[in-house]
Amino acid sequence: MIPLGHYLFVSAVLFAIGTAGVFLRRNLITILLSVEIMLNAVNLSFVAFGRQLGTVDGQIIVFFVMTVAAAEAAVGLAIVIALFRHRESLNPDAFTSLKW
Amino acid sequence: MIVVDFVVEDMDLRLLVQLGVIAFTFLMLINASALLVYAERKVMGFMQQRYGPYRVGPHGLLQPLADILKLLMKEELTPKGADRWLFTLAPILAVTAAFAAFATVPFGAETTLFGLLDEPVKLGVADINVGVLVVFALTSMGVYGIVLAGWSSNSKYSLLGGLRSSAQMISYELSYATALSAVILLAESLSLRVTVDAQAGYWFGVIPRWYVFLQPVGFLIYMTAAIAETNRAPFDFPEAEQELVAGYNTEYSSVRFALFPQAEYINMTTAAAVATDLYLGGWHGPFLPVEYGWIWFLVKVGAILFVYIWVRWTVPRYRYDQLMQFGWKWLFPASVINLIATAALVLSLNA
Amino acid sequence: MPETLVFYLLSAIAIGASALVIGQRNPMYSVLLLIASFGALAGLYIQLQAPFVAVAQIIIYAGAIMVLFLFVVMLLNAPQEDAAEWDRTHPLRRPTISRFGGLLAALLVVQLAWALLSARGVEAPVGAGAVADTGSVRALGRVLFSEYVFAFEATSVLILVAMLGAVVLARREGES
Repeated sequence: MIPLGHYLFVSAVLFAIGTAGVFLRRNLITILLSVEIMLNAVNLSFVAFGRQLGTVDGQIIVFFVMTVAAAEAAVGLAIVIALFRHRESLNPDAFTSLKW
Repeated sequence: MIVVDFVVEDMDLRLLVQLGVIAFTFLMLINASALLVYAERKVMGFMQQRYGPYRVGPHGLLQPLADILKLLMKEELTPKGADRWLFTLAPILAVTAAFAAFATVPFGAETTLFGLLDEPVKLGVADINVGVLVVFALTSMGVYGIVLAGWSSNSKYSLLGGLRSSAQMISYELSYATALSAVILLAESLSLRVTVDAQAGYWFGVIPRWYVFLQPVGFLIYMTAAIAETNRAPFDFPEAEQELVAGYNTEYSSVRFALFPQAEYINMTTAAAVATDLYLGGWHGPFLPVEYGWIWFLVKVGAILFVYIWVRWTVPRYRYDQLMQFGWKWLFPASVINLIATAALVLSLNA
Repeated sequence: MPETLVFYLLSAIAIGASALVIGQRNPMYSVLLLIASFGALAGLYIQLQAPFVAVAQIIIYAGAIMVLFLFVVMLLNAPQEDAAEWDRTHPLRRPTISRFGGLLAALLVVQLAWALLSARGVEAPVGAGAVADTGSVRALGRVLFSEYVFAFEATSVLILVAMLGAVVLARREGES
């Protein structure tokens, strides 16, 4: 049996990796991927806590996170495509003006 | 001490039998892809009023072997500017996903192999309680092989094929999953074995209790979506010869090329086997005792595969925008309505 | 202990692949490595007696969301991340903003590790005291469609809105 703390540690490391990705990368697609890593890190801790407490609530919240992640990916990627059409770049630093 | 030894020996035997079933399934899938190549060319020949392959072996039966030998002896080419890693990985991914997807498909009731074994074994590699979903998940992994092949080839035809494939598979996966959900509602289980066993017996003593009679629309939707999922004509846009040379596998040669058609034929077999399990009562059928049910299973899978080939050589290819329109505006709403109707039926029957 | 071994293997794959996702420039490889990471996480869910979540993870994340990412990367023809002019300079001499980001991430690791170390009860083996069958799809469905039914319906509205938003955003200007 693996202690709960180990799952939480894996989750924490994944979350930190995701955060670092959002801060450090300069590609909109990689930034969105980093957000997905963070969401998955949280999912892992939800499932682990749910298992620990013997309820299914943790798993159900994971479903909601997944649907929200799907919506986020769809809208986020649509924005990325729209931005790329204007500037031919995926670097967030290229989009500094509020209007063009 | 003796008891412990006995138990361990027993475990070993079970493991051995299970490994045997796995090896058998693997070999049968390889054979199925070879046989389908032959069947496809032969059926196509007859539909076009000619003989098809006839020279290699009696009635051309050894043609698949000759094809494989020919492909093995070809030179393996990697185009300039291609992404080497992904170019090699793509066919491996495609064929691995195809083989893995069959793992949770049961193909027969418990059998003792004509009395050879003391304990009956279940025919099927793995029996999991979320079997249908596992098949679905692993089939949807197959798209990566095609998409990566298209992208890594560094060729515009391949890239277009890969793009088309990803859009097409995402669109048709929805209808596919919704059609499956209706059957899951009826069977009240996600296990394929339970679903099959729920279809044993007859209504009024004549009509077999197969779900195809309760789900005629669902069955048609499933078959259409499965053809699109396996990239077969009339939905073979990723490799449309007249438009894209050969689509995603334009730049492939030798063994790496051979893996793509193999993955396609294995995916076809899986789709047919799942359709048999979900809609056509699996190994249940008249005249044969249930231990010999695998004969029924093979007959049904063969019939569905024949329909696949028949459709391919009869129906012309759609246009790409027609494919999208058909998928989103007709097939998906139809499957949703089918699902709601099924849910209402199940509720009213249980109430 | 094969169970422990599998846990460490899957965790190593998940963490290693995620680190590589943000560690290199080609978005195509990033997407593929993230799929590997999701596969490992699905394995962890199976270990946690949540097979349905594991399969949903593969179907929704790896099978749908990542295909969408892949589609966009291919559609935009995978522009590699432009190297900034200060990329080859020493990490400590880079512009403040990047140092700040790395610092924040490091701080987060320290904070989370501290929280984990100071928490009590995390040494208990997971699932030791669990009585209810959390792995059954039936139990999951019952709770989802009774207690959480409002959230479920709200999510469906969210998805509808997101779908419309995506269509509007991705449409070329001038098209009707």
